Amino acid sequence: MKTRRDFIKISALGLGATAVAGGITKMVFGSDAKKMFIEPDDSAQQLKRYPTYCEVCFWKCAGWAYVNEEGIVTKITGNDDDPQCNGRLCSRGTGGVGMVNDPDRLKKPLIRDIKDGKQTYREAGWEEALDYVASKMKDIAAKHGPESMALFYHGSSGHYFSHLLNAYGSTNTAAPSFAQCRGPRDVGLEATFGESISSPEVTDIRDTRCLVLIGSHIGENMHNGQVQEMSSAIDKGATIITVDPRLSTAASKAKYWLPIKPSTDIALLLAWINVLINENIYNKEYVAANATGFDQLKQHVAAFTPEWAYGITTIEPEKIRATAREMAAAAPAVIIHPGRHVTWYGDDVQRTRAIGILNALLGSWGNRGGFFYKEGFKLPEFPHPEYPKPAWNWHETLEGRYPLANMAVTTTIMEASIPKEGRDKNIKGWIVSGTNLPMTIPNKELFKKAVQSLDLLVVVDTMPMEITGYADVVLPECTYLERYDDIRDTAHREVTLALRMPAVEPMYETKPAWWMAKQIGDRLGLGAYFNYKDFKDVLEWQLKQAGMSLDEMQKIGVKKLPRTKPVYAADGVPMEFKTDSGKIELYSKKLEEAGFDPMPVYTPHPEPQEGYYRLIYGRAPMHTFSRTSNNANLVALMPENAIWVNPQVAGIWGLKKGQYVWLKNQDGVISTFPAKVRLTERIRWDSVYIVHGFGHSYEKLKNAYGRGVNDTELITNVAIDPIMGGTGMRGNFVTFLTEDPGKEAKA
Amino acid sequence: MAIDTKKCVGCSDCVVACQTENNVPIGFCRDWVTETVDGTYPNVSIELRTERCNHCDNSPCVRCCPTGASHFEDGGIVLVTHGECIGCGACIQSCPYEARYSHPDGYVDKCTFCIHRVRRGEKPACVSVCPTNCMYFGDLEDPNSEIVNVLKNRKFKTLAPEAGTKPQIFYLV
Repeated sequence: MKTRRDFIKISALGLGATAVAGGITKMVFGSDAKKMFIEPDDSAQQLKRYPTYCEVCFWKCAGWAYVNEEGIVTKITGNDDDPQCNGRLCSRGTGGVGMVNDPDRLKKPLIRDIKDGKQTYREAGWEEALDYVASKMKDIAAKHGPESMALFYHGSSGHYFSHLLNAYGSTNTAAPSFAQCRGPRDVGLEATFGESISSPEVTDIRDTRCLVLIGSHIGENMHNGQVQEMSSAIDKGATIITVDPRLSTAASKAKYWLPIKPSTDIALLLAWINVLINENIYNKEYVAANATGFDQLKQHVAAFTPEWAYGITTIEPEKIRATAREMAAAAPAVIIHPGRHVTWYGDDVQRTRAIGILNALLGSWGNRGGFFYKEGFKLPEFPHPEYPKPAWNWHETLEGRYPLANMAVTTTIMEASIPKEGRDKNIKGWIVSGTNLPMTIPNKELFKKAVQSLDLLVVVDTMPMEITGYADVVLPECTYLERYDDIRDTAHREVTLALRMPAVEPMYETKPAWWMAKQIGDRLGLGAYFNYKDFKDVLEWQLKQAGMSLDEMQKIGVKKLPRTKPVYAADGVPMEFKTDSGKIELYSKKLEEAGFDPMPVYTPHPEPQEGYYRLIYGRAPMHTFSRTSNNANLVALMPENAIWVNPQVAGIWGLKKGQYVWLKNQDGVISTFPAKVRLTERIRWDSVYIVHGFGHSYEKLKNAYGRGVNDTELITNVAIDPIMGGTGMRGNFVTFLTEDPGKEAKA
Repeated sequence: MAIDTKKCVGCSDCVVACQTENNVPIGFCRDWVTETVDGTYPNVSIELRTERCNHCDNSPCVRCCPTGASHFEDGGIVLVTHGECIGCGACIQSCPYEARYSHPDGYVDKCTFCIHRVRRGEKPACVSVCPTNCMYFGDLEDPNSEIVNVLKNRKFKTLAPEAGTKPQIFYLV
């Protein structure tokens, strides 16, 4: 008999889940496993529920956290009234229990200390830790000016620290979500339509007749609302077209999968534009009414025929024509999805521009089944004194580069943290909240050099991530299930507000971020900016101003409010765009004036040398970045990443299914840990694929340490987007090492 | 139960939801996801599928249980009465779907179709949570039920039909 109990029986993945999952049982529950077991019927009666919205990813689905009589969060479900999840959380949201119950969580404040000549952390009380941070911040302000403090953030807690820094006198606050993720998309769409598509995206997938995904793997990137709507579009018979060097899950559901040669997407997009115009199947009325620069565009793409693109993309001309016709037939209920993580090749703004132009030609912006108009309800801001005006801000760190960057660029803030002769505007201290920079920022040397130059590094997190190892002070944050936070007020198709309240008291000595920011603020003499005892007071005040109440929100979790503006453009009403011309800019004067191509052009990118394969990375639906890889519930689903290798390639190298190999990149960088080979026909011959977020090197992460390959450490060739500073990360090539390189080095 | 393989994305939410709903110890599971790949690049296709106890009409596990712990509940759901189970594992051997496991507490455990929820008028946890809405659950004997309607209009298959167990989970293909 086969022993079964592989956690998730993805046969082709070849995950060694049986052994792994067995180990976790011990780690998490130990000998208490028996005590944990409660008959479902009984437990159902004992559970109390509290409203929350999820923080395992950025989608922030509203749900209910269920707590048993022992005060343990046992399950989390979606809130039926939340249109972002419709009562259905994803695997990570459901698995949020593993975050709050993680035994490896940060438990007490830590301060870097020297013991027996060695650097170490010692546990400290909150008073001491906060005093330390405040006194260092005072020193920095006195010596270098408050502008020298920077914030790196991701997630809900960022707001409290940006408020703190703004009050202190710095606006140097940067999120990797801009330069390492969706910045090029937003800048490209803003240059075209005058605005971008927000988060959650305003893609009307639910009602679309044709969804085109370019490298975006909805279903593997578990952006809940989009996944749900894609499924509903499948039900309604919508055409799905995917462009991906890998048969993604979405590609497997698609009518057309275009297995494109990596890095050639712009050529395909230009050929599609060419077909729409040449075959006269674009939305003429819409373009005439709403767009400028059509004649220039027509001339520009005249040479970019499907035959031209075939030689570049390896996609047959007839397939290019057929898919363009599908889009035209569905228009305007068609979405060429601009994606989300789009920092690929350094011409990412221009690729997004091509996507924007294609959508414009099809008339999907503002129309049902295309892109809808979002609406939200902003609660009034809790009163505080005006922020001081900083003497300089992050724009200075650009040093004349990246003219269209409209948010701080993480990497230039890092550059400004490394002293340079003749420069007086330097960053001296960082607060890092909820982002694990070493596994987020490519170019580790830059990161390390910057960190070594700092006077102060404060890390706020729930887990001991790699970044916490570099901190001077570690402030342990409680998880989202243990705290109040700002009301979720994101704008979307429906207008909603969602409450997050504590389901359980903060475990160990952890504290919410709002409390930390207030405590530091009070110590800096900025108490007037934090004029409340408890964040609950802020929420009560805000809701009361808007005629609502915290009591009500605690009962319902999600409040729906009426829309005041239409969801789609109305017939006969001229559309308005927030561009300089007030129209969709097919030809961008703004880009031209900044010295860039006014219309996208295809540029060839470097290709792998013989024996090397392009490193493509992506998402798995059960994990978020590198932050969930220690969560026992989610580790049970996917404990490590595997290297997807085409069987033909594996044949050349003699690689076997399940064999552990190390990856070495074009610059000689070798992955710290190996990962298993997954032989699969789902990947091209010239590429390998791994899921991002694995290969943690921090031993305190007991479930995650040493499991899998960390793609970020292999990304040493970074193609910077000159338009906004995005870090293109898909231009790295790897080869296989079958012997442990560590042993080799020792010998 | 019917499961639409055209919609399942293999996210395994059903697995976590089952675990947290039913206190399944981490390291064990009552449901799981499989992926099969067919063809060679670029002519390749995959099928993703969430699997669990098939609550068979002709259940070898019920037949072989020496104590009667494995039994049919009214409505056809196959259950194990934990208190009556001696953990002999005969049922584990007999199941062609490998749907049962030995619980650390000494009994055999498996999917109950969340009967405690169904009795309250709710759907099983996996069905309720699925972000792709790929699972349908209902009364196969009610001609007006959603599931009967789905099965009337779609092609479907069952797993290991050759085992003759008459499985009650239908995969829409």
